[in-house]
Amino acid sequence: MSGRYGIVSKLKRKKIHEVVASGNRMDGRGLEEYREIVVRPNAMEKADGSAEVYLGKSRVLVGVSVEIGKPFEDTPAKGVLICNAEFTPIAHPTFEPGPPKDDSIELARVVDRGLRSAEILDFDKLCLIEGSDVYLVFVDLYVLSYDGNLIDASAMGAIEALRNTKMQVYKVKEGKLELTKRTQALKLLSEPLAVTIAKIGENLVVDPTADEEEVMDARLTITLDENGNVCTIQKARSEGFTMEEIKKALSLAQEKSAEIREKLKRKD
Amino acid sequence: MSKEKKKTRRKTKKKPTKRFDGRNPMELRPIKIESGVLPNADGSAYIEMGKNKVLVGVFGPKEMHPKRFAKPNMATLRCRYHMSPFSVDPRRSPAPSRRDMEIGMVMTWALEPAIFLDRYPRSVIEVYAEILEADGGTRTACINAATVALVDAGIPMRDLVASCSAGKMDGKLVVDLGDYEDKEGEADVPLAYMPKLEKITLLQMDGVLPPNEFEECINLAIEGCKQIYEIQREALKKKYGISEELQEEAEE
Repeated sequence: MSGRYGIVSKLKRKKIHEVVASGNRMDGRGLEEYREIVVRPNAMEKADGSAEVYLGKSRVLVGVSVEIGKPFEDTPAKGVLICNAEFTPIAHPTFEPGPPKDDSIELARVVDRGLRSAEILDFDKLCLIEGSDVYLVFVDLYVLSYDGNLIDASAMGAIEALRNTKMQVYKVKEGKLELTKRTQALKLLSEPLAVTIAKIGENLVVDPTADEEEVMDARLTITLDENGNVCTIQKARSEGFTMEEIKKALSLAQEKSAEIREKLKRKD
Repeated sequence: MSKEKKKTRRKTKKKPTKRFDGRNPMELRPIKIESGVLPNADGSAYIEMGKNKVLVGVFGPKEMHPKRFAKPNMATLRCRYHMSPFSVDPRRSPAPSRRDMEIGMVMTWALEPAIFLDRYPRSVIEVYAEILEADGGTRTACINAATVALVDAGIPMRDLVASCSAGKMDGKLVVDLGDYEDKEGEADVPLAYMPKLEKITLLQMDGVLPPNEFEECINLAIEGCKQIYEIQREALKKKYGISEELQEEAEE
């Protein structure tokens, strides 16, 4: 995320770099350690699916709404998945109300790409009438508190919310839509999870906090599905990565995503 | 959703004494208020009022931006009311609507009289209310939580502002209207009240009521506010007050 999250003093920046260089973190974690993850599925009643994720002090509420609407023109026989992120001004003093800014658009797009490229839903089955009526699956990421690494928290929340989504079923009768009494769970074909790695000096750290995001040189977000395939990568900030670092980050992401996946499973 | 409601409506016709959600006419929905829930806000509160779920964050007093809007003799209170896209069914666009703007404004008017704004000239106090789930009477829930959040931010206040609605449903006067009563009822009067100063700071109305019933509605809403006032005080005491154990120790 870009540098609009307040300012970190030069002293603190130096300290963070020193602490990370010695293999530690400001909050006492190891370099490759996540903060505590708490996932609350079905947090909201009115949404078709929802989940709240606490990642340390970061907090994201994800709501899924399924509606009927027009398909994209280039895919008339496919359902639509739309991911939208909202940075609420209560999340951080520097978040301001108003139209979405770069960071929230990046967040929505990275999570969206992860879900989309992992082919999380069978979009062909979400089509009702070709060219005019398909299911639209809205995934709304609502950031309630910011302390870094919103992408991983949001990706976890999105999967958890989609997993417990119950949508109303429509059927087509003589070319017209009819609402049935049935509700149906969305069938997830894969479960992509994001792992964000920050490069601070010469070191790679996972799950950066807000301060660490502020002082990091570069960021790499790797989204992996349950088979360990890479679905999406997003590199951010102006520093570069060497090939070795990318390889290291990738194996780190494999390990961490498996860990998170295990944690999410235990909730069921 | 609508079918479910029709069923409950039929039930109410059979048992006319109870309301559609099983409440008595003078009964409030269950309310839960918690203060100091957001780590990055200066003050915050979370309220559950029936199925309404609202998070309020307060920032400030801080420097006004842009500076030309600053009032030289007092602070400015700015409230923003915003609903999450998944707070209602069907989904709602996240862009602020005219309704949101108006509610933000009446929230400001409801809260301003309680705050010593003249203590902070040139500054701004921002109140952000985020509706996570809506179920009728969100503006009253917002005001209730915003008051607690303002106190949590350490802003000096003359009194707490409690808010509650009253209205008419199927010919009967009821208090604290839910979503269904709000939409299907004959009238809805949201009101905010400062119980110590005995002043009404928000008064709106939707629908039609004869004058005597309107007055009765105001009285009912004020009674509701007084109950909510106690819940607000409890929420603040829980965080800032001396617990009973400590008090006993001190007395010993």
